[in-house]
Amino acid sequence: MRVALILFASILTSNIALTYFLGMCPFVTMSKNIEVAIGMGLAVTFVMTVTATVNWIINTYILIPYHLDFLQFLVFIITIATIVQIIEIAIDRFLPALYHSFGIFLPLITVNCAILGISLFMVLRNYSFRETIFYSFGSGVGWLLAIVTIGGLRKRLIFSDPPENFGKAGITAILAGIMALAFIGFTGVASL
Amino acid sequence: MSTNIPKDITDTSGGQAENNKSSVELKTPKPGYKLFKTKSWQVFIEGLWHNNPIFGMVLGLCSTLAVTNLMKNALVMSLAVTAVLILNSAIISVMRSVIPERVRMITYMLVISTLVITVDKFLKIFVPDISSALGPYVALIITNCILMGRAEAFAINNPVKISVVDAFGVGLGYTFSLMSIALFRELLGFGSIFGYRIIPENISTLSLFSIPPGAFFALGVFILVINAVKKETAKK
Repeated sequence: MRVALILFASILTSNIALTYFLGMCPFVTMSKNIEVAIGMGLAVTFVMTVTATVNWIINTYILIPYHLDFLQFLVFIITIATIVQIIEIAIDRFLPALYHSFGIFLPLITVNCAILGISLFMVLRNYSFRETIFYSFGSGVGWLLAIVTIGGLRKRLIFSDPPENFGKAGITAILAGIMALAFIGFTGVASL
Repeated sequence: MSTNIPKDITDTSGGQAENNKSSVELKTPKPGYKLFKTKSWQVFIEGLWHNNPIFGMVLGLCSTLAVTNLMKNALVMSLAVTAVLILNSAIISVMRSVIPERVRMITYMLVISTLVITVDKFLKIFVPDISSALGPYVALIITNCILMGRAEAFAINNPVKISVVDAFGVGLGYTFSLMSIALFRELLGFGSIFGYRIIPENISTLSLFSIPPGAFFALGVFILVINAVKKETAKK
């Protein structure tokens, strides 16, 4: 039951993009085109689930027993960089068609703060192994949902005429704000 | 704390600071005081205004949105980022001739991670309540594009002194943006500045600005105002 709650909350009420502002750089720069947004979102979901799980194992079985938890940030970022490299090589070797559709997004993911953020939240909230898997997967889906929705909203901007001084980033921030208001409406149901 | 350390490094290798080919394009200095004519000043202003991380380059938005609900948090966060920025630029600039080109990205990342761990421990000891309010966002300085950006775009090609000036300018620009947004959000959301209540108690505040959606609105309005100011100054 708790697992289902975590999954629901991480997708909707505690959405990492709209409530915790993680992964904002690609959220603004890569949401101009829906296909690109979907590719990036899927890549983030996949990498997030794998890295959070591996980081949980490393943190629980290596860092904490040997009192090395002050190295958490360093170890987490190295793990993420390594895993992204391995995934990239593996997809290129075994699934070349898939590589052409979302392989180009993989190198960008290393510096996506959402990926590191999930590993840090997992430590702060003392999640168990099962909770970590559901939390990281749910957060990835939530991010995908947010970036695809804003991609669709930005397409509609072609037909509207916002104040020129907003620029691209300003109007995207306002759109994201309105979306965040809608997502916050679920807070009564469940939140983290 | 943030400005003293890199100065020592600057002094030891200050000799090569002059006559080095720079990667930034500098405009012709305007007539005025001697200080305003120096190359350092130009680089500083470039980082502070034209290359401002928030409204110029739109980088590092995660922390900007997350920590600006209170001015206290925003101040500690911007000092932490500025400190890491200056130290990182200084270290990368000192080591720029020995860093192999192929592994430079991972070098930046390791240097930044080490500095962030230091800053995080420092905050945990000296300001524990703000440190816990900032949560994971101090650690997320590691993936802040501003740091990688300055290392790659400036420090790797430039001598120490000028790199530190650039980092200081960008850090101050980041501080300015964060504090402006935080002032707006705290005043409207809580009716206070740095925790001191300014708006009378019987007037209710707009709590929208203290929750996440308000952060997006505040950022949007901030970019709008800055762009309007930029346009006005360009006309003159």
